[in-house]
Formats: sequence, C-alpha cells, structure tokens
Amino acid sequence: MANVPKDLKYTREHEWAKQEGDRVRVGITAYAQEQLGDVVFVELPKVGAKVTASKNFGVVESVKAVSDLFAPVSGEVVEINGELSQKPETVNQDTYGRGWMIVVKPSNGGEWDQLLTPQQYEEFLAQAAH
Amino acid sequence: MASRYIANTPHEQKQMLGLIGAGSIEDLLVKIPAKARLPRPLGVAAAMAETDLIRHLKALAGKNADADSHVCFMGAGSYDHYTPSPINHLISRGEFLTAYTPYQPEASQGTLRTIYEYQTMIAELTGMDVANASIYDGASSLGEAALMAHAVTDRNEIVLSRSVNPLYKRVTATYCEGPAIRLRDVAAPDGVTDLAAAKKVVGAKTAALVVQTPNFYGCLEDVAAAAELAHGAGALLVVVADPVNLGVLEGPGKLGADIVIGEGQGLGVPMSFGGPNLGVFAAKKELVRRMPGRLVGATVDSDGARGFVLTLQTREQHIRRAKATSNICTNVALCALMATVYLATLGRRGLVRAGELSTAKAHYAAERLTKIPGVSLRFAAPFFKEFALKLPKPPERMVTRLAKQGFLAGVPLKTFEHALADCLLVAVTEKRTKAEIDAFAEALEKAVA
Repeated sequence: MANVPKDLKYTREHEWAKQEGDRVRVGITAYAQEQLGDVVFVELPKVGAKVTASKNFGVVESVKAVSDLFAPVSGEVVEINGELSQKPETVNQDTYGRGWMIVVKPSNGGEWDQLLTPQQYEEFLAQAAH
Repeated sequence: MASRYIANTPHEQKQMLGLIGAGSIEDLLVKIPAKARLPRPLGVAAAMAETDLIRHLKALAGKNADADSHVCFMGAGSYDHYTPSPINHLISRGEFLTAYTPYQPEASQGTLRTIYEYQTMIAELTGMDVANASIYDGASSLGEAALMAHAVTDRNEIVLSRSVNPLYKRVTATYCEGPAIRLRDVAAPDGVTDLAAAKKVVGAKTAALVVQTPNFYGCLEDVAAAAELAHGAGALLVVVADPVNLGVLEGPGKLGADIVIGEGQGLGVPMSFGGPNLGVFAAKKELVRRMPGRLVGATVDSDGARGFVLTLQTREQHIRRAKATSNICTNVALCALMATVYLATLGRRGLVRAGELSTAKAHYAAERLTKIPGVSLRFAAPFFKEFALKLPKPPERMVTRLAKQGFLAGVPLKTFEHALADCLLVAVTEKRTKAEIDAFAEALEKAVA
C-alpha cells in the first residue's frame, strides 16, 4: 500500500493538500508518482494565477504519460516550486516534501472539508485496486 | 465489361446488394435529389492502349509552362533555385523513398539520422535552439506557430503584418477558427511593416506578432525592432523566413525571434506546380514542449553506441491527446531529405554563394527593368531576391504575352491586393543568367510599349 501521510488531505485525482496557516500546499501522492513512473517535466501555473477546485492547474509528464494536475481548492497561486523545472525527478524522490508543486491562498474555506481524509483516500485506493 | 483493375466484380456487387436488399447501385442513391446528380455519364473518353495513353498525357503535359520549359521569374513563395543532381539519386534509394516518418521509426536509423541532420542545419541557419522534423509547407507552419504562441502565452490575438504572404494568412485563419484566435492586421504601405502602427495593435492580448523577411514583396524587415516591440508587450515574435536566403541574411533567432517558420522549398525541392513543399519550424529551447511536430534526438543505446530516436513525444497528440498544441504527428520526410542533401551538397560556402548570386542578379534585373520607360520599383525599401515592379500596362496581360515568348514573367499582385493591381512581383534566383535577364527586359520593353 502506498504511503498516505496522516496530516494531509487528498483528492480523487491523487493530489495531496497540506494546510499551512492560511495557505494550502499541493503536490501529487506517492501512489500517483508510482503510477506515472519517472517524471520528466512538470508544467505549473504562474504565481498570481487563479486556480479552481477540481479544475486543472498544470501538467505532469512522465516517460510514458501526460496527466493533468487538479487543484484541491480554489484560490490564488502564491508560490510555485521552481526547482521542478530543472529537477522534475524530485517528484519521484520526495513526493510529500521537496516534490511539492504549488501553494494556494484559498478563496473558499468550505472546500477544505470536501477533500478526502487519509482514511477515505486509503479506502479509495483500495477500491481502485480491485 | 469488368475492369481488370477494380477488385469488386459485377458478381460481387450483386451479392453485396442482395445482402442489404437493394436492387441496384442506383437504388442506393435515391436519397440524393435529382438536380444534384449528373444525369449523364461522365465525359471520359474511351479507354486507350498504354502507348497511346502515354503519348496523349505527354501532349497534355507539354501544354504546361514550367521552370524547365520557360525562363522563370516567378516567386511569391516558390522559387526556381538550383537543385543539385545528387538529390534525385539519393532520395530515389529504396531505403529513403518514403513520404513520412516511418512507423516503428527507431528501426529506420538512416532516416532518423537524416532528419536529425536536417533539424541541426535548420536550427543553425535560423539561429534557433531547436527545429522540428518539418511540417507540410510554409503556410501550415505559420498556422501551427499561431496555435503554439496561443498555447505558450494563453493570449488570444495574433497580429500579422500585411507584408506576410497572404496565402499563409488564409491558412492561418483556418487554423485559428477552432480555438477562436483573433487575427489582426498591421499595414505595410511602403512595402515594409509599419511598426508605429504595429505598436498600437500589439498589446496585452497579443500572443504573437508575425513578420516575414524578406517579406511577400521581397523587402527586408527590421526584425530586431519588431522583436523589441513584441517582447515589450509580453508577446512572442514569429518570423517567416526563407532558409535558402540565410547563408547571407542573419538568422532571425539572432535578432530576437521566438519562433522561426518558413517555406523550405528553395532548399532543393522542385517547384512542382506548388507542392509538395517543406514547412520549416524552429523555436527557442524553452518553448520546445509546446512545439508541434516530430522531433528526432540523438542518444546512446545500451552498448553505448550512438543512435537516433523520436524524442519528447509526450508533446504529441497520440500521448497528450486533446491537450497537445497540434494534431501534426508526421512530417514531409522526403522533402526534408531533399533539403538535407541540398545543404550537405552546397555546404556553407555554396549556400552563401547561392544567396549572394540571387541578390546580385535580382538587383541587376531591377536596375535593367526599371530603365524601361514607365516601369519602376513600387517600393523604395531594400529588397533581397524579389521585388514589386510597377507596370504601365495590366500585369496579367503582360504575363500572358511573355509566356508565349518563353518567359514566366512574375506574379501579378492584383489577386492578392487590389491597390497593387498595377504591380508584378518578380523573383530572380542564382539560376538566371545575364543573357536571360537582358532578353526578359527586352521582351518586357516591347510588351509595355
């Protein structure tokens, strides 16, 4: 079973979200990076861009596939992980740490509660495995 | 009578019709209104024996006026440049004779290598970091560049100078219809883009400014100034350039272009009544993931030996699906091969010489032709190998008359722009001799007298 940290929330599209004060840090889950294989390119929005919950905010490209990235919450992008343009493999190496993608300043606090809890995400993964 | 070349026989047709319950092929067509149908058989003559047929077709082909039968001063995007004889020998080899990038491309290392060499030479000539394996022609390259600029900048307007080939503009308009990209014009009243006017049109909505140099009228544009203008508004600069000129002219990439596209027909591809042509496409490295088309890269195999592969395929539609910039998943491999052989045969000095001779002869021709009473250059701007000539009589009539005397005199501009109805676009390549130019001038002088 893939690593699902207890202090994060999740989407059905395999992004993780981490509350940091009034901001939310976003990346893709260990399960997602395992499915993708070697990540070779990550396309992120610009700082200041608006993202919408469940809508695509970027693209992650591996040697075998291209996948959209979906925002867990709506809001403004206040930070992006510039390291990924030079070292996309960081996503594989440290998914929940240095492999983060964007930090969002949420515009709708209610969306946080809609996200999957670690337990719900684990159940979702278990279902997907069958 | 059954045709020996059509596989389905009358017997089989009857079987198939029987299976779907139709009495005849006519029954399948009843839904088409009678007035939309041809009430008589097609006016095709009776079958001929092969020898007769070839004789007949040769006689028909003999009515064509082409660059072999006539002295060619026609250009407007397709030029009568020298094609070295090794081109035909090499492209006719069974290993190379294919129109496309092969399926299972990595099994065709020779083909991939020629494409890699092509890309390298195009990137060097255009002054860009990366070139693709080619697109259909100059016009489709510009259409793709518009889509790419839209994808890169997330902006919705493309600003085109009026001095860009009007046919390219029409193709680009077709490309832009789907994604609803708006095309805007900038005038070129003196034969070159009015950059002061461009400054008013290029703004926060502009994805790219497009200029062509030498432009459709043959005049040289100020690419560096256009780059500054585009970049000042956060837009890309797309430059349309003819690579055969780039032995002499500076690569647009060195002057600030973000995307360089063009028609590569001049690189050893025959004019062939307008196609197949060679769409050149090159870009800056940071834009490569939005670049359309195939891309061949060099790598090493598991034994450390050098090899060639299709690379960055995740850009392409078969992987990226609807999010791909382009639906191009092929190239004009045979024409790209012609260009590769052309450039390798001429070499650096040969290409410089071809450019120098073309521009020197074009300037001689302009000088000679403007000595004819009533004939003048339409624009004062510096030109390279092509120029718009103002004639005292309707250019279409002059073209018809001179064709009878063995000259393809040029392209009347009336079709493209009514304000230039008295102008003939004349192109001169390194193939034209002084004797041909002088004879052309004499013939034109008599025609306009």
